[in-house]
Amino acid sequence: MCLAIPARVVTVNGDGTAVVSIGGLRKSISLALVDVVAVGDYVVVHTGFALSRLDAVEAEKTLAILRDAGVGVERRS
Amino acid sequence: MKYIQEFRDGAVARQLAARITQEARASRRYRLMEFCGGHTHSLWRYGIMDLLPDPVEMIHGPGCPVCVLPIGRLEQAIDVARRPGIILCTFGDMVRVPAKDRKSLLKAKADGADIRMVYGSADALRFATENPSREVVFFAIGFETTTPATAVVVKQAAERGITNFSVFSNHVLTPSAIDAILGSPDAKEGRILVDGFVGPGHVSTIIGTKPYERFAREHGKPVVVSGFEPLDLMQSILMLVRQINEGRCEVENEYTRAVVPGGNTRAMALVDEVFELRPSFEWRGLGTLPDSALRLRDRYAAWDAERKWTLPYEPVADHPACACGEILRGLKKPTDCKIFGTACSPESPVGSCMVSPEGSCAAYFAYGRLTRERPRRAEG
Amino acid sequence: MASKWARRLDMVAGRVDMTHGSGGKAMAQLVDELFIAALDNPLLARKNDNAVFELPAGRVVMTTDAYVVSPLFFPGGDIGSLAVHGTINDVAMAGARPLHLSAAFILEEGFPLADLRRIVESMAKASRDAGVGVVTGDTKVVEKGKGDGVFITTTGVGIVPPPVVSPSGDRARPGDVVIVSGTMGDHGVAILSSREGLAFETSIKSDSAALHRLVARMVEVVPDIHVLRDPTRGGLSATLNEIAQQSGVGMVISEESIPVRDEVTAACELLGLDPLHLANEGKLIAITDHRHADKLLATMRSDPLGREAAIIGHVAEDPNRFVQIKTTFGGTRILDWLVGEALPRIC
Repeated sequence: MCLAIPARVVTVNGDGTAVVSIGGLRKSISLALVDVVAVGDYVVVHTGFALSRLDAVEAEKTLAILRDAGVGVERRS
Repeated sequence: MKYIQEFRDGAVARQLAARITQEARASRRYRLMEFCGGHTHSLWRYGIMDLLPDPVEMIHGPGCPVCVLPIGRLEQAIDVARRPGIILCTFGDMVRVPAKDRKSLLKAKADGADIRMVYGSADALRFATENPSREVVFFAIGFETTTPATAVVVKQAAERGITNFSVFSNHVLTPSAIDAILGSPDAKEGRILVDGFVGPGHVSTIIGTKPYERFAREHGKPVVVSGFEPLDLMQSILMLVRQINEGRCEVENEYTRAVVPGGNTRAMALVDEVFELRPSFEWRGLGTLPDSALRLRDRYAAWDAERKWTLPYEPVADHPACACGEILRGLKKPTDCKIFGTACSPESPVGSCMVSPEGSCAAYFAYGRLTRERPRRAEG
Repeated sequence: MASKWARRLDMVAGRVDMTHGSGGKAMAQLVDELFIAALDNPLLARKNDNAVFELPAGRVVMTTDAYVVSPLFFPGGDIGSLAVHGTINDVAMAGARPLHLSAAFILEEGFPLADLRRIVESMAKASRDAGVGVVTGDTKVVEKGKGDGVFITTTGVGIVPPPVVSPSGDRARPGDVVIVSGTMGDHGVAILSSREGLAFETSIKSDSAALHRLVARMVEVVPDIHVLRDPTRGGLSATLNEIAQQSGVGMVISEESIPVRDEVTAACELLGLDPLHLANEGKLIAITDHRHADKLLATMRSDPLGREAAIIGHVAEDPNRFVQIKTTFGGTRILDWLVGEALPRIC
């Protein structure tokens, strides 16, 4: 139920399927659960279906928050 | 792999750990229940618990669909798999779960049942089209993350007139499980001590964050919806610590790159078209819960395995010594179970929680042994 | 050469039937036209039920393995080449030079001869490339439904040349260095991906290969390697745990240092698997005194089958015999030993 990973859309086919790439590995998946998706977009893939588009802007924002979280913290010795 | 590796950065993890250690007050406890089997897995796989300060305690909740599936339902799946001409399609997670008398799908396969492991629902439908003279039954399990994929193939089967395909639906609902914990007598009488929830990330991709608002409001428990990478989890833990310190009870979203408050309306509409609520459903460890599970609607009755095949249901009690129920409700730790590690181990599991690597007991067995033999170091 | 049989076997559309195992003419023809023709060596050509040969000086090593892999054909190999590589490797893990192989086939009635030929020719090629002949064999046929197409059992014989000291699983000592010869998990993913429902567009190939030449160079440079083992079923995690148990030691491994192909990592992420639980058929683990580690590693890297060899950790004192792994993330956990096969998951 939880295992889903981000994958980059490489080809969008006309029949509701797409080919995605994860670290160079290509897999065919279904786009039945998402709205329009373009080549180059990232999607979250679970059991062969894209669950949502991954928001790249939000991803960068989260990474920035993560990287800032430790700033100014005194480490306990 | 983009959007994966960056969220596993060890240096950032240590900084986050330092931040959590600084902000978690030594004078109180932060008992955080993480819901999802995937979160349990991530916690132990990356050794996150080693990085958390003592006041923070992670409790594993009932978010593993394998662990909460009543054994009686597994018995029905094994029963139908044994019938001549039937191909039962199942996810790998269920294959070794022990049923009555130590039966399992794996053993049934060894005995000659045609049981095939699939990666997704679409593969099960494909087996049906490729084997027109056989009947294919898809053993569908999962919370809201997985249900839409089942809905899609049921609809496709109906549209294409594929009649040798049916679904044995065991899809269950997350808010009901949380209700079961927070609304239970154990909780009301103060035996379940949970200060906050790490919300399931991929379930929320589908249902959004709104369904958790009533838990925050009515029960005064903060919820942070979390991604699955280790940095996501640590950030979510930090956000929960802050809410608890500040006396806030809100629903926050850490997994903003994949979750929006309104969820995936297209997926939810598809689920609504194909499925309806069961008035009640038995959950392993949580008892019978109302409005907590889904079955196919009447218009899809021809693809509903429960209506197509006679599958008598008999509730199967857990082994009397198995503490899975209390563990799933957060009342006990795996190590509190009398048979943990002795009669019950991954080699010979007595309950589901010991089978899948995401089950609490299995995780404790592997990971926990190391921390029990070695005193926890203070992390600087 | 004119065939001495009344009618040649139909290798295109023909199937194995019960007469092929009954010891009569049909079986003789199958053995002659298919096995002996492909496996082609002087000892086998004598058509005895045995092979007689001289042994060079040294300690004799013998090993046997049964091959039941499914699917029979997978990217990078098949049951035939696997049967040759696997048994050669088991001989090599004793520090030995493999000399000869035997092969016993159990064929299921109805098995297509075209597939059988493909398997036998693949076996023959693997055997020729390795320089280790199949010198004796056997064929039996079982009724339809009683076998999974074909099962092959190969036995290998080899010699440990002096001064090599045979590596053994109980010889790992605290302070020893643990080295792997290359990337982990390739074979396991290749097999899983060629099963129904798990297909990828990019084909990850099995690493099936004969390791005896690599081993020969290794023992020449370090005659006293403590442990040599190939991490087949159960993967690296099973093999390290076995050795830890046998030797009564613990291990500390660094996850970052274990070589894994990007595509294998990606496949494992997608399916919820750990590459360290997946089988390898062309890799080995070497555990050696730390003083020899660098020169052993250099030798391995100069061999085509050891280019990506890496030091992944060391052996430690540990009464609990844990194999601990320091994760890329910074924490430490036990590298657990899976019960049964690694299965894809959705949770």
